[in-house]
Amino acid sequence: MSKPKPKIKKEVVSMPKQDPKERSHNFSEVALGYTRQQAVAEAERCLQCVKAPCINGCPVDVDIPAFVNLVRERKFDEAIRKVKEKNSLPAICGRVCPQEEQCQASCTLGKVGDPVSVGRLERFLADWERERGYEIPRKSASRGRSVAIVGAGPAGLTAAADLAKLGYEVVIFEALHKPGGVLIYGIPEFRLPKKIVEAEAEYIEKLGVTIKMNAIIGRLYTINELLEQFDAVFIGTGAGLPRFMRIPGENLCGIYSANEFLIRVNLMKAYDFPKYATPIYVGEKVAVIGGGNSAMDSARCALRLGAKEVKIVYRRSRQEMPTRAEEVENAEEEGIKFKFLSNPVRYFGDERGWVKGMECIKMELGEPDESGRRRPIPIKGSEFIIDVDTVIVAIGNTANPLIQRTTEGLEVTKWGTIVVDEETGKTSKERVYAGGDVVSGVATVISAMGAGKRAACSIHRHLLRKKRMQQRKES
Amino acid sequence: MKEEATSLYRIVTKRELVPHINLFEFSAKEIAVKTRPGQFIILRVDEKGERVPLTMTGADPEKGTITVVCHEVGKSTRQLGQLKEGDCILDLLGPLGKPAEIEKFGTVLCIGGGVMVAPLYFQAKAFHETGNTVIGGIGARTENQLIFENEMREVCDELYVATDDGTRGYKGLGFLEGLLKERKIDRVITMGPVLMMKKVSELTRPYGIPTIVNLIPIMVDGMGMCGACRVTVGGRTLFACVDGPDFDGHQVDFEELMIRLKMFTPQEKLAFVFQEEGGRSL
Repeated sequence: MSKPKPKIKKEVVSMPKQDPKERSHNFSEVALGYTRQQAVAEAERCLQCVKAPCINGCPVDVDIPAFVNLVRERKFDEAIRKVKEKNSLPAICGRVCPQEEQCQASCTLGKVGDPVSVGRLERFLADWERERGYEIPRKSASRGRSVAIVGAGPAGLTAAADLAKLGYEVVIFEALHKPGGVLIYGIPEFRLPKKIVEAEAEYIEKLGVTIKMNAIIGRLYTINELLEQFDAVFIGTGAGLPRFMRIPGENLCGIYSANEFLIRVNLMKAYDFPKYATPIYVGEKVAVIGGGNSAMDSARCALRLGAKEVKIVYRRSRQEMPTRAEEVENAEEEGIKFKFLSNPVRYFGDERGWVKGMECIKMELGEPDESGRRRPIPIKGSEFIIDVDTVIVAIGNTANPLIQRTTEGLEVTKWGTIVVDEETGKTSKERVYAGGDVVSGVATVISAMGAGKRAACSIHRHLLRKKRMQQRKES
Repeated sequence: MKEEATSLYRIVTKRELVPHINLFEFSAKEIAVKTRPGQFIILRVDEKGERVPLTMTGADPEKGTITVVCHEVGKSTRQLGQLKEGDCILDLLGPLGKPAEIEKFGTVLCIGGGVMVAPLYFQAKAFHETGNTVIGGIGARTENQLIFENEMREVCDELYVATDDGTRGYKGLGFLEGLLKERKIDRVITMGPVLMMKKVSELTRPYGIPTIVNLIPIMVDGMGMCGACRVTVGGRTLFACVDGPDFDGHQVDFEELMIRLKMFTPQEKLAFVFQEEGGRSL
């Protein structure tokens, strides 16, 4: 076996991307992925640290040095198997995880140059496997116990995969008509192609999981009814309730929540209207309010739908933006403009009830607030007007409330998120677990997956304990 | 709930009530068991289809079916109208929205217009079965567009019929004024075109009669996620899909609702033409 070369390569192998001029008019994927040679060259940079600080940065504990080493040795099949020991959705994570804040943040190479691009290698392996057809891992024997999962998003799919592999009968109840949650309705095609989400969901089904669409828990069945038929329930319903600013004129035509805009474009494929029946309207001058990933995604979709000018209006400055640096860079390359330290205070409409302008106020940054970022404070008398004909409000979402409203004995915070024990995902209700954005509020795909994994593990422990107690009673 | 993992939403019955208005009975056992008057479903005919919200007209838990009545007004509703008995649709989600408040109020006046007379019947029947005196008022644009008259007659103690053009029964909503003046009415339910619900709410306001309107604005997911269906009620922005669809008619900003309903009119016309051309020209 050849040892890694002693000379350190400080620079990351860059990943080919679609040209910005070209891609700002299409919905095809922006990043094109590594070739085999590029993947091996990138893997060769890994120092194979004994302490492996990268693993500590991974919310699902993927054995990163081990899989990277297998890539270096060109053993791609073994490498993807290693990834999938911990992560059932690698093609997704390789694309949308904020690796720069997680595994790659603590990479030893990062101290002298670029960290190893763990995400790109993960993506390479997942794509390599998908093109060849999935390998289905051996399952444990059936345990004769069943678990209901509410929501087929990142948390639910992960919990389902882990429990199915352990031999549980798993049924996922999904309210929308496609599995994936935010992966299918929120993240656009050019960042995460939907055929990849569909393929990863199919893989979960091949593990033996049943995904039941159009099943809205809280209306079709209550959590108590699920508990009658299943040994445990996991709630991963996410944070899909859009926030508005509650300022004058917000209900004018032409003003969307980011959720509505993205659901129309991603889930309903309105970019292919009228072939797909769901319409969308994008004018010439678009303003997107907010500084997160949804703001960036909405802005880039609007551009692709033919807007002449797309401006992101954010109340803090560039440094405080909660979005990935890579996505800001992509957006700027495509021609998205930024208006920092500004916030809308009201909208004006024309005689037909359509938005035609918005009044903003300039902001300055004060002391840090509870989020650790400097608080924006309006500057009196600094109001100014921007001409717009489309506005997308992307200031965040709160937890989906239906289950909280329809389940007695489920403890909920004042923000509407479900209270759980962080280690186990246990809620205040017996045999009910929860995780992902419905617990944390809007966070990342991978942190939701981590929560799904922890809950699966504690459901397994709980059911084992119950089984042992039963056996003791019987003997 | 485990067994019915793969569902087929089959059209068990299709009946043309009047031209371009069809009644569909779908097999949807799980939904049928949970459905209450006032709730709606969202359906999708095929992979490229829109999510279409329709207020339910009835549910039969024993037979395992739900019923909707659909007026062909655009691409998606026309596509549904072209299906036949035995055909299946791809998706059927429900029951959505809060159920209507069905209690013994005393005398309940149910005013319906157009295609919404059918789901109004579901509520009128429930009020009748709860021991209320039910006065019905149903209407349509013109005589041959009137639906569900016989069904309404069965559950109403009195029934008034009106048309916009006067070809049948009273002309317009004029008959209401006398009725409201002469009778003691405890509650009004109105379902129909927004303009009609607005007029009914205005007529009842001076009498202080609680007036419930059933709103189906433009919506996409129907479960509180998109906010397209936001309506202003008593100065607050609410989502019709999860906070409604029933609201206090005296508090609703109908003007805003009517404007918002037209948001995609140009696109809807384009889709209609595209469909007529068989998708060839675009």
